[in-house]
This record gives sequence, structure tokens and C-alpha cells, in this order.
Amino acid sequence: MADAQPTIRYTQRAGKPVIEVAGTWTVFSLRGIRRMAEKALAAAGAGKADRIVDAKKVERLDTAGALEILMLAGGPDAQIETAEKAHADLFKVVQDNMCEAPPERHPNWLAHWLEEIGRNTVHLYEQGVNLAAFFGEILVTFVEACLHPKRFRLNAVVRQMYEVWIRALVIVGVLTFLIGVVIAYQGVQQLKQFGAETFTVEAVGIGMFRELGVLLTAIIVAGRSGSAFTAQIGTMQVNQEVDAMRTIGLNPIEWLVMPRITALVISMPLLAFWGDMTGLLGGAVACTVYLDFTFVQFFERLRDTVGPWHFYVGMIKAPVFGAVIAIVGCFEGLQVRGSAESVGQLTTKSVVESIFCVIVLDAIFSIIFLLAGV
Amino acid sequence: MAETAAPAKEHAEKPASPKLLEGGQLVDHRDGRDVVLKLRGVRTQFGDNIIHDNLDFDVFRGEIVGLVGGSGTGKSVLLRTIIGLNGHTKGTIEMLGVDISTLHGQAERAMQARTGVQFQDGALFSSLSVTDNIIVPVREHVGLEEQTMRDIAALKVAMVGLPPDAGDKKPSELSGGMRKRASLARALALDPDLLFLDEPTAGLDPIGAAHYDELVKDLNKSLGVTILMVTHDLDSLYAVCDRIAVLLDKRVVVGTIDELLGFDHPWVQEYFRGPRGRAAAKQQE
Repeated sequence: MADAQPTIRYTQRAGKPVIEVAGTWTVFSLRGIRRMAEKALAAAGAGKADRIVDAKKVERLDTAGALEILMLAGGPDAQIETAEKAHADLFKVVQDNMCEAPPERHPNWLAHWLEEIGRNTVHLYEQGVNLAAFFGEILVTFVEACLHPKRFRLNAVVRQMYEVWIRALVIVGVLTFLIGVVIAYQGVQQLKQFGAETFTVEAVGIGMFRELGVLLTAIIVAGRSGSAFTAQIGTMQVNQEVDAMRTIGLNPIEWLVMPRITALVISMPLLAFWGDMTGLLGGAVACTVYLDFTFVQFFERLRDTVGPWHFYVGMIKAPVFGAVIAIVGCFEGLQVRGSAESVGQLTTKSVVESIFCVIVLDAIFSIIFLLAGV
Repeated sequence: MAETAAPAKEHAEKPASPKLLEGGQLVDHRDGRDVVLKLRGVRTQFGDNIIHDNLDFDVFRGEIVGLVGGSGTGKSVLLRTIIGLNGHTKGTIEMLGVDISTLHGQAERAMQARTGVQFQDGALFSSLSVTDNIIVPVREHVGLEEQTMRDIAALKVAMVGLPPDAGDKKPSELSGGMRKRASLARALALDPDLLFLDEPTAGLDPIGAAHYDELVKDLNKSLGVTILMVTHDLDSLYAVCDRIAVLLDKRVVVGTIDELLGFDHPWVQEYFRGPRGRAAAKQQE
């Protein structure tokens, strides 16, 4: 590509200012051309307006080169002299289409900041309204389904339960088991210092039952099922499948959203229970290693010291978390508009939002249970 | 008519396949021009499934060639093979006089800078504005000052007939027709010698498609760019294409519409003499 460099020369011809350009004027040869032009202009000590351009010595030209030459000459009205017809044609095209490129917007940072805040506030408000409307729609559909139980779409519910419950068992089991081990190990280490290491059993039991079992499960479910709901429904939105359902008279809330919510509300307690059990198993294994407990000793102590309400607290929270994760996942899926890109964005958003909601709800539950004294 | 007769006839015809001139032509149109794209004996296959075999095809400088063929004959595969997205197992593909399979690194990038591709639905980068989409190849291959590149982008936006404010928009904010134009602007960013268009008028209304045809013709004339377009739009074939390449029996047959009308092959005859072909021909008169 590196042929003759573009050159610029300012001269006078019959009392008129003339710019002589020569060499290769293609997009590949234009680097630094504007600075070069300024230098040449300064050297000639001439003004910019009303110039004649002599482009007869230009060897190669493309639209970018023609554009630069016209800009040097002060705009599309410049008078151009060319030797080749092809070049003249190119100049003609560029002259016809030249326009001021709007300079890049660099808004002042404060304005930009305020704009962002305003935009996000409005967005948050709209999101809240939409979510409330969506929740209402679900309630209506739910009531209708209760009156006509066939509308629960049992097939779809079972299929979803296979996905969100059975297929999550391994991952939930492994992770809570490991967390059980970790808590027991830390408990032993810390409690040993004042000879209370047997309380490790309570630490593992209460921690798992009340908080960790259900919370960990909820986070895993949000990551694998909440995101899947958004992606599935979002893809259907992009393919206009949801619109097609509406035109056929199928209510997408009934067919897509309700089965997922139902499945997750049923599956979450089951999964959380499974998580509790594997977590305790992890704790028990750790205690046999670090404390010389036997399994029997561990579970006897657990039975004697950890009351059933610790377990109920976790189990009460589980279906609520399941409902929230499913609602957020389906809601974000239905928010998908247009492109595949928004599926990705909203999937991320759905996971973040559902984990956020789960943790906030968990805090609210703590306060309620504290007031209730359990 | 050919629906049932075709397989049998095809079989019978194979040995006596038509005498083609160099580059799959029915009649020589080279006329002393450069051959910007030269395929010789090209074979493409997926597994054991041979899509093209012993395919010869020439495109000459400055012309517009339409590529047509029935579904499944591998139009898109051929286009993708030429632009280097699919490999070929046999034969050579020379683009602008260079065998593309020998290109690596810098030379390959230089070749990419001299060709432009407009994909069917635009394939614009969805996270970038139209202006930034057009700037991408310029920045990557040349790297000019920001304002210079923005000026170039604005020029291309105007050249493909988009309104000036389209430059700031994201692809998702544009209609299908505008996305095609924006994609064309990106393909033109470096003033390529060779431009590939994949179904440029598919999905456009007849008026939009006619305007697009005009645009393609104008660009070809004013920039001297050589264009190969895959299309099924018979109106476009009549309106803008100098020659037409038809994919038949794993090879291409190239000719003007008149030459192809006289070419005895059931698919070609049905294609150009079917109700739509006749309507398009009538419109041109």
C-alpha cells in the first residue's frame, strides 16, 4: 500500500491561491495528514477560503482521500481540477455526500452524572410498576388456576421440577457438604480456645438449618434456574414465540410463568432440605476427623441441643425464596425486546436481582422471627 | 414441469455437460479486464457431502455479478468460501491476483482491507453506534485521527443514503433496510476493490429494494468497485447485474440473462421463464 506519500503545496496562480495535491490519497496514506496540512498552510502563510485545488498529479484516490482534499479546500464547493475522469467522478460523489460530521459529544461530567441518575431513577420506577403489574397478573392467573386446577399445567410443572430440582441435587449437595465441613473446621478451631469445641455441633446445626442451607441453595438456584428462566423466555421473546402464543389465545403467564413458579416453590424446600442434610453430613464428617466424635455422638448431640424450630425457620423461607427467584427470572425474560444482546443483559440482571431479593428477604425474615421469638 | 423430470434428466445430462469457456462462462465477456476473482477447480465439502466440485468462476474488474441457485446448492457456502470463512479442499481461489490460501498475517489483513462484505441481516456490532461500526475497520487497518475517521464515517453514511442522524444510533434502533445500508457503509469503509453482498434486498419492500438496487449500481459506477452479490431477487438481477452466475450440479454457469435464457437446463429455464421471472423481465422492458 505504501506508494507515493500524499503531498500538499500552497501556491499562487494568476493571483489566486491554489492547492496542489499529489501522490497517493487513499485511506491508508492519510495518517497525520491534517497536521501536515496545517504546517504547509502555516509555511505558505495563506488563508483557507476560496481555493482552487489542482489534483492532476494525484496518482491514487479513494473517497476518504477525496474527502480530505475537499476539507483542505474548505468544503464541498471547492473547485477541483483533475486529470482522470475516475477521479472527477469520485470527487463528485464525495461532494454530493459531504456533510459536517457531528463532533463527538463530550458532555460535562456533572450533566452526564445527573442524566445517569435521572435515567436510572425513572427506570427503577418503571421497573417497580411493571413488576407490581406482573405480580398482579400472576395472582389473577393463580386464582383462576385454583378455580380450574387443570390450568396448573401439571406436565409443564413436572418437567420444570426435573430441571430445577433433580438436576440441581448434585451441585447443591456437594456445595453444602463442603460448607458444612468448613464451618465445622472453623468452629472447632475457634471454640477449642476456650474448651467449648463440642458446641461445633450447634454451630453447624443451627447455621445450616436457619440460614446457610436455604441461602446457599437459593443462590445456586438463582444462578442456574433463575438465569435459565430468563434465557428461555427471553429467547422465545426474540423469536416472537410469546407473541405467537398470545395470538393463538394461550396466556404466556399461564403457560410459561406459572409452571416455573409452581415448580420452584415446590422444589426449593426439597432442595433446601437436601442441602441441610448434606451440610450436616459435612459437619459430622469434619467432627469425626477433628473432634474424635462418632457419627452417633454428633447426631445425638444435634437432637438434644438443636430444636425443631431452627429447622422450620429454614423451611418456611425456602418456598418464598423459590417464588421470588422464579418471578424475577420470568419477569426479566418477558422484558427482553428485540435483539439477542438483551437476552444476555437481562439474564445477568435477573441473577443479580434475584440474589439481591433473596438476601433482603432473608434479613426481613430474621427480624420477623426475632420478634416472634423463634 | 421439471419437478419430477429433473433428477432423471440431470443424470442423463452429466456426461454431456455444456461446453463452458474459461471461468464457467457461456460467452467470453472478459474484454481485456483484470480478473479480480478467479476460482479454479474448487471443491468444498462438509464431511463426505461435496457441495461444489471442480468449480471455475471468474469475476472481472468493475462488473456486478449476481449469484443464484436453488436452495441447498451452496450459494452462501460459496460466498463464505470466497471470503475465507470456509475452507476449500481442492483447487485455488485467487483474489486480486493472489491465492488466498497462501495469505497469512499481514498479507491476509491487507487483503481483508481490500474487500468488503455485507452480511444478510447487517451483522453490525450491536454494542456500537453506526458511526463506530464504520470506524472499526478504519481504526483496525489504518488508525487515523478520531475526527478524520468520524468525517469518513459521516461521508459513508451519506453515501449509502442514510440520514445524518443515523450515525449516532445503535443497530437495534434501525429498521431492517437501514441496517442493511449501515452494513454496506461499513463494508465500504476502506473503499474496497471487491464488495460481497449477501441477499442485499431480501426482506425489503419493493420500493426499498428498487432504491437499494439503484444505490448498488451507483456505487459500482462511481467508485468502480467490483460487486458479487448473492440474491434471489429477480428484479435486482435484471436491474443491476451485468452477468449472472448460476450454481448447477456443483459448478457455476455464468452468462448474461439473455445467454442464460438460451441455456438448456430445466432449473435455469424454470427460474427465468417461471411466472416471477417473466414478470421481472416484463418490468424491465
